Amino acid sequence: MSVLVVKNVSKTFTAGGMFRAIGKNKRAVDHVSFCLDAGETLAIVGESGSGKSTTARLAMRLLQADSGCIEWNGIDITALGGKTLRQRRNHIQMVFQDPFASLNPRMKIWETVAEGLRVHRSDMSKKQRRNLVAETLHLCGLDAAGMDRYPHQFSGGQRQRIGIARALIVEPAVLVLDEPVSALDVSVQAQILNLLKELQEAKGLAYLFISHDLSVVSHIANRIAVMFDGRIVEQGSAAEVFEHPHHPYTRALLDARPILHPSQRQIRKSGDNHGDKTGEGIAATGCAYQLRCPYASTDCATFDGQLNSLGFACLHPLPETK
Amino acid sequence: MLEIHHLSLSVSIEGRRVEAVSSVSLQLEAGRVLGLVGESGCGKSLTAQAILRLGEHQGVEKSGGDILLDGSSLFGVDDELLRRIRGGRISMVFQEPMTALNPVFSIGSQITEVIRLHLDMDKQQANARAIQLLRDVGMQDAEQILKQYPDSLSGGMRQRVLIAMAMAADPDYIIADEPTTALDVSVQKRIITLLLNLQKKRNLGLLLVTHDFGLVAEMCDDVVVMYAGQVVEAGKVADIFDYPAHPYTRALMGCRPEISTAGESLTVISGQVPSPGYWPQGCHFAERCSLARHDCMEKPVTAACWQQGEHIARCLHVDEHVDELGRDSPA
Ligand SMILES: Nc1ncnc2c1ncn2[C@@H]1O[C@H](COP(=O)(O)OP(=O)(O)OP(=O)(O)O)[C@@H](O)[C@H]1O
Ligand SMILES: Nc1ncnc2c1ncn2[C@@H]1O[C@H](COP(=O)(O)OP(=O)(O)OP(=O)(O)O)[C@@H](O)[C@H]1O
Ligand code: SF4
Ligand SMILES: [Mg+2]
Ligand SMILES: [Mg+2]
Repeated sequence: MSVLVVKNVSKTFTAGGMFRAIGKNKRAVDHVSFCLDAGETLAIVGESGSGKSTTARLAMRLLQADSGCIEWNGIDITALGGKTLRQRRNHIQMVFQDPFASLNPRMKIWETVAEGLRVHRSDMSKKQRRNLVAETLHLCGLDAAGMDRYPHQFSGGQRQRIGIARALIVEPAVLVLDEPVSALDVSVQAQILNLLKELQEAKGLAYLFISHDLSVVSHIANRIAVMFDGRIVEQGSAAEVFEHPHHPYTRALLDARPILHPSQRQIRKSGDNHGDKTGEGIAATGCAYQLRCPYASTDCATFDGQLNSLGFACLHPLPETK
Repeated sequence: MLEIHHLSLSVSIEGRRVEAVSSVSLQLEAGRVLGLVGESGCGKSLTAQAILRLGEHQGVEKSGGDILLDGSSLFGVDDELLRRIRGGRISMVFQEPMTALNPVFSIGSQITEVIRLHLDMDKQQANARAIQLLRDVGMQDAEQILKQYPDSLSGGMRQRVLIAMAMAADPDYIIADEPTTALDVSVQKRIITLLLNLQKKRNLGLLLVTHDFGLVAEMCDDVVVMYAGQVVEAGKVADIFDYPAHPYTRALMGCRPEISTAGESLTVISGQVPSPGYWPQGCHFAERCSLARHDCMEKPVTAACWQQGEHIARCLHVDEHVDELGRDSPA
């Protein structure tokens, strides 16, 4: 049974706030579906504004979907609210990108990490809670001796470990990780990725891993969903997506990965502006990617953008060979 | 030529003056791209900003060395000349394009202001030049962009605008501090392509500050690696990738997830960069180094204590690990 199922979920933000000026509604997530099993990692990749974080917030029920449904452990929680929802929240927890912004600077580390216990383990005494915090910090590679200190006394990598401990303490089945290593140096990033791997193996956690860094994703994901303009445009096993991308946008993302050695330079040799012909546009009707797509034809202007049974949404998929 | 000679900088931390950059030397020539790499807190930005003397308002002081532009010191010049050099000869592109643009002025007024500060042009000429500059950075609807405000542009478009502004007075050198770090991969690639094309077309000297070895592999001719305020390795890009001599460079390259096998643990560097004021007296990297021995901790390690042609490394034990460091290394 899947620990998380998202079915046909959509969300439109109405004009107002940041969009009042241009007076348009923004469909941030458009008929998105996926499921997640215990112990596996599904990565959502895509450019800024493609709807990754909104999808995560919908799956966590931090945001109410306009349509579609969400199941946690096989139970439809789409319509739950109030106390019933709050009591189930320990099922799915979140780790944020910015370890600096996501910790309350005025709270001691142990208080921050113990916060979730107030709702989910109100039976515990303070001493029991402190013990559990110490244990969880230790699990995340931190010395429990620091639990009475404040966030500013910790480095970026340590703060990210604290964020992971805070999420884990209520024993969730699913962790949503929204760009968890994007703000970290490669050296610290490697430590956190290793920690996530170990925790997953030890606890059978399922990860919804959001990132725009495909090197990180290739390291951690079992399956990948590629989002563009609120839709999943390709979905498949990590090996399949990396080795045989079908959607031209997936190809463009793969091509943008950093090279390993100066001998692989193509940019300079060809001096080409691959994928840069029309800047950063998104088409309003038809395939949203058509303005940037080297394979676009007139039929793309009326394509409904549905994912097909092979897991991609494109009329002119790339040939099987790379 | 832009040369940094044994530059040392001190900063004020909790009322104490401590050294944050220690005797850093590097040369940037026209037509070349130099990468300045290292983890967060190693002193890359302090070094880069010192070139335009930008840290002086934040309590950064030069405690030694010099910076020379075509042979004359940038520390000797008066404010008026410094103002002309900034943007006129040497421009800077920052990581966060939003903080470098003023939200209450239109893009057009901000670009034309820079143009008129440096070039003798009337409003109309400046406007025409602004349009040309925006086209050069790949913004076809330049007239339209000029009327817009920073808020209404995406991160990638703002970074293009900043690059256009940096090019406004045809400088000879550009200092780009993490110019693509805040952008997502697809936009990153376009900005890199753009910077490289401009660099080649105008024979610019480009100093690229980054912690991303992928970017270095893509863009740079020469590389300087910094660790805890010091240059620990420097050389041609191919040499650095084929034969990373310093254990720190090797370790940093080894952490990249793209070189790991999926499913296996990544290599890590344990511990963290020591802050200014807490540097050890011997090799700064010693407490994190897997090759460290007794002699590494005893006294300061000199900058070029290992050397092969133009390739230098601040490490006592490179040669003893020749086999291990051979050409089968990371890449
Ligand atoms: N609360 C909100 N009100 C209005 N619009 C919003 C809101 N949250 C997100 N959006 C819009 O919805 C779209 C998707 O945003 P989202 O944050 O999900 O993207 P993302 O893929 O996570 O991007 P990033 O990589 O930059 O984090 C964007 O156009 C964004 O501006
Ligand atoms: N104005 C300042 N006053 C006091 N300390 C400073 C100041 N500027 C920088 N530092 C300190 O000097 C060290 C080097 O800072 P710098 O910004 O040069 O690092 P960096 O290599 O650019 O790192 P990053 O990759 O995070 O940008 C850091 O420990 C930093 O905290
Ligand atoms: S000098 Fe010693 S401690 Fe420093 S990098 Fe070389 S081997 Fe390591
Ligand atoms: Mg997001
Ligand atoms: Mg910096």
